Order: sequence, then structure tokens, then C-alpha cells
Amino acid sequence: MSDSKFQNDVPLDIARWGMPSRLDVTIKKDTDDLFEDSKMLVNIGPTHPAMHGAFRCMAKLNGEVIEKSYCEFGYTHRAKEKLGENRTYHQFVVYTDRLNYCSALINNVTYAMSVERMMGIEVPERTIWIRMICAEISRVIDHLICVGINAVDLGAFSYFTYGYQQRERAYTLIEKLCGARLTTSYTRIGGLMSDAPEGWEKEVKDWVKETRAVLAEMDKLLTENRIWLNRTKDVAVFNKEQCLQYGFTGPNARAAGINIDLRRDQPCMFYDKVDFEVPVAQVGDVFDRYYVRLEEIKQSLNIITQCADRMKPGPIWSEDKRTRIPDKDVVYNTMEGLIHHFKFFMNGFNVPKGEAYTAFEAANGELGFYIVSKGGPMAHRMRIRSPSFWHYQGLDPMIKGEYIGDLVAALGSINVIAGELDR
Amino acid sequence: MFLKIGIVLVGLLSVTPIMLFVERRGSALLQNRLGPNRFGPQGLLQSVLDVLKFIFKEDRAPGHVNKFYFSLAPLVVVVPALMTFAVIPFAGNDFIIANLDVGILYCFSIASLGVYGIIMAGWASNNKYSLLGSLRSSAQMISYELTLGLSIVGLIMIFQSVKLGDMVSAQGETLFSIGGIDVPKWGIFLQPVGFILFLVSSFAETNRLPFDLPEGEAELIAGYHLEYGSMRFALFMLAEFVSMTVASALLSTLFFGGWQYLPGFSWIAHLFSDGNIAVTYLVSTLLHGISFVIKIASFMWFFVWVRWTLPRFRFDQLMNFGWKVLLPLALLNVFVTGLLIYLGVL
Repeated sequence: MSDSKFQNDVPLDIARWGMPSRLDVTIKKDTDDLFEDSKMLVNIGPTHPAMHGAFRCMAKLNGEVIEKSYCEFGYTHRAKEKLGENRTYHQFVVYTDRLNYCSALINNVTYAMSVERMMGIEVPERTIWIRMICAEISRVIDHLICVGINAVDLGAFSYFTYGYQQRERAYTLIEKLCGARLTTSYTRIGGLMSDAPEGWEKEVKDWVKETRAVLAEMDKLLTENRIWLNRTKDVAVFNKEQCLQYGFTGPNARAAGINIDLRRDQPCMFYDKVDFEVPVAQVGDVFDRYYVRLEEIKQSLNIITQCADRMKPGPIWSEDKRTRIPDKDVVYNTMEGLIHHFKFFMNGFNVPKGEAYTAFEAANGELGFYIVSKGGPMAHRMRIRSPSFWHYQGLDPMIKGEYIGDLVAALGSINVIAGELDR
Repeated sequence: MFLKIGIVLVGLLSVTPIMLFVERRGSALLQNRLGPNRFGPQGLLQSVLDVLKFIFKEDRAPGHVNKFYFSLAPLVVVVPALMTFAVIPFAGNDFIIANLDVGILYCFSIASLGVYGIIMAGWASNNKYSLLGSLRSSAQMISYELTLGLSIVGLIMIFQSVKLGDMVSAQGETLFSIGGIDVPKWGIFLQPVGFILFLVSSFAETNRLPFDLPEGEAELIAGYHLEYGSMRFALFMLAEFVSMTVASALLSTLFFGGWQYLPGFSWIAHLFSDGNIAVTYLVSTLLHGISFVIKIASFMWFFVWVRWTLPRFRFDQLMNFGWKVLLPLALLNVFVTGLLIYLGVL
């Protein structure tokens, strides 16, 4: 390495630039080309305002054009998967909140589903309807944030605040369910933390109505805007083949014309009993990703209304003795209840031997929990397939040859969430 | 003379706190928010706190900057911005700091000096983002100055003068009357295309959204003033608001009759006109001033309104827009105006 300093191609001083050696940037000493050396390395992130979370993109700029880039992540790594092997199944629920913190409820629901599937537990009907509403509300929130932040990055701040208000209202609805706004931890294996309060369905339906109006307003404000179209159409295109290569799922894949949606293709819960459409675009540019998300919000709102209509009062806990958390009056008033409570929370419950991969259509794409159990109260292996991890790998080829202003547009449009990316 | 300079300076410098308030509460109004409403009635005194904060912050420069140019740059940005107002009559043609023969040309030449400060800031900051920002800004300002200059050529041809005072006086005449309502000979009625071109280019000249690429918040963080803090940053902000004011003042002077009365004001002036000549003069001057300020204020609000509504251009699109759309339109406008003058229509 040190010898090469006297060669024609000089590797950049790695310590000085903080460059990972993978990028392999060299300065070619071509005496004829005056502008060959005029390329600039810019370190975008990890504390850059356009980076939504802590990740870094090292870009080699030729003027304003990104010639080459290297995207790095890992700044938010919290060893979630390892924690899954050291915590009981019940304790791990809180960690799922911190995956995609914009739509924590979907993570809760997916995790609960995957453990229930391994244990062969059927949850009551009411729980399923509530879980579906939760998942769809989270999807709406997540998409509102994604399109809003995407617009903020391109300078349209007001658009963001329109959606933000609806997001706050949705958080108030979630707060009524579980007392928390962001990190919900609402689901339990075999049930829910608590039942939805009385009249909650009605409030949800009111919120849906409001959100529809706000969406129409947002649509009017930005979608047909000439500057917005210029900034997003045919920018950072990721076509069908590339999406397949990089394992894109969710709205990003649908924007490129891949017609997949796990809610429709592998129906779980009651998704086969509700009507909804799967919006699919063709080109796979920033605009398509934006528009697919807007359409998906509308579909999700439809699902929420249908669920709220069909929700009936009833039990929320599956009467499976293994996972049933004893009621509080039993715990406080009987000795057996207290012991049961203590044993449940200290030792957890055993999950039968086996392994299972359970995937669900999260807001960003396929969210899967691959759990290997050797029979104890903790997983032997807890693997999380988070969509952002795949999407982030696509950022490099996506922004190659684009302008530096498009980098932020591309990053905003694929909606990479740091918590989900690094786990 | 000193009185006029005093009025203009105090007016321009007090624009910043007022605009800070308007920008904050105005953006809140557009975004379903409340905005700062705690300190003072309706949060009016919030800007006082803002200014105090800037003053009491430690004035420090990072270690890697070129100290001399780093300190010089904010001044180079602010001073031309303040100087530009010298040729604009603000309350009748007597109230003009310097009635120069070059008039509007002085405005353009001084205003374009401000770009040196931005380049200086970007270069002296020794930061890649700042450098990119200042490069963008120099390219942008030079491109849009062309359109800015060309867009008023038609107006100069019609009024046969580059002195702003003459232009305003000429705009006092009546263009035509419909049903007893006199439509004044304001620039916007004579040069609608010129007005739009001038408006768009003045957005670019003041680095406001949708042309705020030099600051490009998302990709360049803060662009050329990234390394600045405390009062030095405040000077950049001041310069932005002052150039907004100057742009609004030019827009109202060239296209909306400058200090000419707003509709209805002549009636108020008429009420006081039967007194002695001093009172009449005083009242008319005051009303002229108020008319001018209202015109400026509405343009300032327009600036804020647009900023919080539109997304930002990309750099290449900005250049394309400037050179391929605005510039040909400006040239066409000059040509058509010349043709109309030759045919005797204007």
C-alpha cells in the first residue's frame, strides 16, 4: 500500500478522508486532463440533515453530479437479533417497537403473529380486527411521513405539516389503545395489551374521513406541481430488473411495476375478507414511489373503515393457558394468580421446537421474523428481515450519475428507517 | 439628505425583525400551526429575543477558515444590499437619497456586488458544502441578472428614462378609463410579461425558495453560511431580508406605480387639501409613503407565501429555466415592446 504512493494511481489517504477501502477511489495523474483531479469527495452524513437517521453516504462529485458513492450504515446497530436470543418471547415485544419506529404497531403485530404461528395459537376475532386497524393506521402514518419528508427534502415544507397533523391525530388514537404514542408495545403473544376503549371505532372512522380530506388537499398542493414533477419524474430510477436483483419489496417494488403485496398474496388475519386494491406504477422513479404511497394511504383508509365496521365486542385473549397473562384482579387477590403472574414474567413460556419464517407486508415492504426455537422460553435464533436493509443497498446504483440534489430525493423516496436498517 | 438616509436605513434595518416575525407566524398560518405566540402580544416581541440571541452569542470562527475573508464576507453581502435603496423614491420624488442619472442601472450594478460576498463566504469557510453553495449562487445570480436586466428594458423604452423618479411620475397618468374608473399607467398594465420575468428573477436574486439552491437546506445543509454563527450569520439573514425589501421596492416602483396613491388614497388626500399648503404637502407625502410601504409589504408577503408553498428547483433545471425559458422570453418581450412602440400602440 505504501509503495503505491509512488505509482501512477495513488490511493487517497484513507485516514484523511475517512474512506473505506472498498470504494477504491484513486487519483489518476493524467497530465492531459485538467479536470480529472477536480473531483470532490463529499461526506454526506451521518449527521447530515438529509440523512433520515444515522447513515453515511460518501459521494464522489464531478461538479454537481455524483459519479460514485458508497453508502454505509451501522451507526444505529443495537444487536436486536442477539437480544432476541437473550430475552423471552414476551420481553422481545418492546424491542420490535424500535425496528421501524414510524410504524411500530406493524412490527408488534407481525412479531406476535409469528410467535403465535409457532405455538399454534388462534387469537379471537376482535383481536384480529383491532390488529388489522393498527397495522393499517401505522401504514398510513409511515407513508404520510415518507411522502412528507420527501417533500421537505425538496423544499416543500408546508406539505409535510399537512400530513403531520393527521399523523398526530393518529397517534392520539394509538395512545387511547395503549397509552404510548411512538413505542407502542401493544400486542402480546395470544392477545393484546388491552382492549380498545368504547367508541374507539367511531373515532377511527372520523379520523379516516378527515385524513381523506387532508390527502385530497395534499394531492392538490403538490402532485401536479411543475417543479415537483421536474424534481421527481425520471429521477433515481430503479427499474423492475434492478428491484428484483436487490430484493426490493413493498411500495418501492410496486413503484417499479412488480405486483406484489403480501396482504393479498399470502393473506393472513382477515385480509382476504376485506376489499382493497394494490396500486402499481411502472417506471420506478421518485414520483412513482411517491404516488404509489399516496394511493396506498387511500387503500389503507378503506381497509380501516371496513375493519371498524366489522369489529364486534368480544374477548381479546386467546384462552391458551401457556400465553394467557393473568388478569390483574386475579393477580392482586389470589395467591395462585400472583404465582402465575410471577412465573409468567420471570420465566416466560416455552415455544415448541421448530423454526418458522413469518412475513407480513409492513409499511416499507416485507417484514419477516425467522425464529428458530429449541423449545425454551427464548429463541435460539431470531432473525429479522427488515425491508429497509434491502432498499438501502439499492441507493448506490440508484443515485449513480444523478445530481447531488437528487440524492436526497432518492433517499427520501425509498424511506430508509435507520432503526429498521441496522436493527 | 441625512434625514432621508436615516429614514431609509432605519426602515431597512427594522425590516429584519418584522420579517422574522412575519416569516414565523406567516409560515405557521400556512401550515396549520400556531408559531411563536408567547412573548408579547401575538408573539410580536419574539423577534426581539431572536435579535438578542444573535447579539449575545459568542462570535467565533472555526479553526480552518481564512479569518480575514471570513469576517469580511458578511459585510460585503450586507453593505450593497443596504446601498441599493439609494435611488428608489419612497414618498414622492423629493424623497430619494440620490437622484442619479443612471437610476435603475445603479440598482442592478450594486445589487450584483452582493454575490462577491457569497463567493467569499463559501471560499473562506473552507468547507465543501459552503463551496458548492457559493458556486451555485454565483452561477445562479449571473444567469438571472441577465433576465432581470432585460425584463425592464421594455419599461425603459416606454418611459424613455432610467431614472426611477421619472418612471414613477409617468405611472401617475391614466392609461384608460372604464365606467369612470381610471386605470393608471402602471408598469404591470404596460408590461405584464416583463413583470412576471422580473418577479421570477428577483426571487432568484434574493436566494429565496424555489431558488434557494445556494442554501439548499436538504443537500448542502446551509450552503455558504454553514460555518457562520452569531451576528455574522445574522448579517447574512439581514442581507437576505434587505434584498427582499429592495426587490419588493423595485417591483412596486417599476410595475405598481411606486409612491403613487393606492386606489382610494387620493380621496383621503382630497379631504386635507383645502388647508394651507404645508399641511397638504405633509399629508400627501405621508400618504405616498404609506402607499409605497403597503405595496412593499404585499410583495414581502408574496415572497413568504411562495417560499412556504413551492418545492425547490434542481441546479440544472434552474439553469435551464433561466437560460432557455426566461432569457428568450425577455428578449421576445423587448422585441414585441419595440414593435408596439414603433406602431404607436404604446
